[in-house]
Amino acid sequence: MSRAETAAPAAGPACPSRTPHRLWTFGLLRSELATTFRRWRTLALLGVLAAVPVLVGVAVRIETRDGSSVAGGGEGPAFIAQITNNGLFLVFTALAATLPFFLPMAVGVVAGDAIAGEANAGTLRYLLVAPAGRTRLLLTKYATAVAFCLAATLVVALSALVVGALLFPLGDLTTISGTQIGFAEGLWRALLIALVVAASLVGIAALGLFVSTLTNSGIAAMATTVGLLISVQIVDQIPQLHAVQPYLFSHYWLSFADLMREPVYWDGLLKNLQLQALYAAVFGSAAWARFTAKDITV
Amino acid sequence: MDEASAWEPRPVAPDAVDGVIRTRALTKRYRGGQLAVDGLDLTVPAGSVFGFLGPNGSGKTTTIRMLMGLIEPTSGTAHVLGHPVPRAARTVLPHIGALIEGPALYGFLTGRDNLLRYDAADPTADPRTRSTRVAAALERVGLTAAAGKKAKAYSLGMKQRLGLAAALLQPRRLLVLDEPTNGLDPQGMREIRSLVRELASDGTTVFVSSHLLDEIEQVCTHAAVMAHGRLVTQGPVADLAAGARGQLVVTTPDPGEAARVLKEQGVGDVVVTGDRVTGEPPERDLADVNAALVAAGVRVRGFGVERASLEDAFVALTGEGFDVAG
Repeated sequence: MSRAETAAPAAGPACPSRTPHRLWTFGLLRSELATTFRRWRTLALLGVLAAVPVLVGVAVRIETRDGSSVAGGGEGPAFIAQITNNGLFLVFTALAATLPFFLPMAVGVVAGDAIAGEANAGTLRYLLVAPAGRTRLLLTKYATAVAFCLAATLVVALSALVVGALLFPLGDLTTISGTQIGFAEGLWRALLIALVVAASLVGIAALGLFVSTLTNSGIAAMATTVGLLISVQIVDQIPQLHAVQPYLFSHYWLSFADLMREPVYWDGLLKNLQLQALYAAVFGSAAWARFTAKDITV
Repeated sequence: MDEASAWEPRPVAPDAVDGVIRTRALTKRYRGGQLAVDGLDLTVPAGSVFGFLGPNGSGKTTTIRMLMGLIEPTSGTAHVLGHPVPRAARTVLPHIGALIEGPALYGFLTGRDNLLRYDAADPTADPRTRSTRVAAALERVGLTAAAGKKAKAYSLGMKQRLGLAAALLQPRRLLVLDEPTNGLDPQGMREIRSLVRELASDGTTVFVSSHLLDEIEQVCTHAAVMAHGRLVTQGPVADLAAGARGQLVVTTPDPGEAARVLKEQGVGDVVVTGDRVTGEPPERDLADVNAALVAAGVRVRGFGVERASLEDAFVALTGEGFDVAG
């Protein structure tokens, strides 16, 4: 099926083979990570993500300057009312505010551009004749997209932690269940939540990578992926479509808040992780099937 | 791994017999139904500098893409360095340096970083020697001074050189250069030609495609000519050019009288341009033709046969000009 991947026969006398060291294959991953994170576009996306907690923090600070609490109680992202008591809550609020759109959009841009952008620039053919190997290149691209999910989430979380520490008091915090936990335990939960949020994005990363193998235009792939994200978010809001909603990659995203319960409520969290794994498997396989059989004509 | 010892004793056996590149009935029909390459039987001998010629759109790049495992043939087979492609592409590609349809670079990376990235994509490339090899490749194409500049600031000629440098990152057994002199000034073209000669003298087989015939004629030992997806001819350049007959050229201040005498002497297709009279040389000894001119009082400044060019050969074979796109 895959022309570039099927096991080659042992090098005949015509080809004295340069046997690669097994670890050298990770050189491509390192190069891919360096290339992605040196792009001006990647840095701009991370910059926007870092700015969100600053905006939220400053807005809450200004609104509560006179000692009042955040208006509206149930309005706004989760945990927003608690920020004034404990800056650590800005981490949870910022993640809750960016998870529905900013974070997956950034991931969609990076994943959507992964293959299509290289095809568009023509660099894909040179990577393939190097030869990077189609499966190896695709795995590298996916690993990099997942690394970006983690980096983007950590950028939001760290920015929120710094802004929260600067603008608000820190200390013990109250869980959703009403119990008190120490600040160290709170930090640990914040890290855990950041990891779960990052894991929530691997589904759309796989979807973006698959879209990226369908076209030779990076812009088209990015736009399609972000368009799919918006459509899924809309479908998830329509009550009449509740039958399909459990299969939408964004359906269990906000379950990360359950990590702030005492004891932790695992049901939604596990469903989310399973769903993300399912998306990664389905669209990862589809991307592989498509990419390894594709004629590279650009 | 010792790079040199791994491939310096150049194996001759299978390549010499079968050719470094060998295709049989290789055909590519694109999904739109367009037949880009039609039953190609190509044999590239080891150690040759092989010119792959044809007008734009004649199927050269499609053929190269099939040889490099980028696209799947619709039918037929191709062997490169004795291995079937695209099946064994990953075995043979590390031994091939390629420039396909112009260079492609990461504009936001420097020239050096572009090469580092392409080298990292090759699983057989030793990372311990990477920076040395990159520096050597940059030196070889004369880009050392511009290595630290971002590639988007490069001129077309510099990009072309950087693409060549990428093809030269490792010692190669085959170089595939698709239109290597595109975008280069005459000086750059000369440099490419001398680079090709130098590589060939090291024993590397060089496969150069071009739509510029005279550029190829100066470096190639062998050539193949494509038109409309089909192979028109292939063989040693000397044989191909010999297929078309040379042209008799007489330079004289008396062109009218010269033309009359030449016609009498059996010269065909006599054309007068200024003080040049040209025509197809007759079967008889040309010394007699010259004697006849002198006897008729024609003052002859120059008299000789111009060797046929590959372009003449091409026109003779296809009956059409070379600039026609398929």
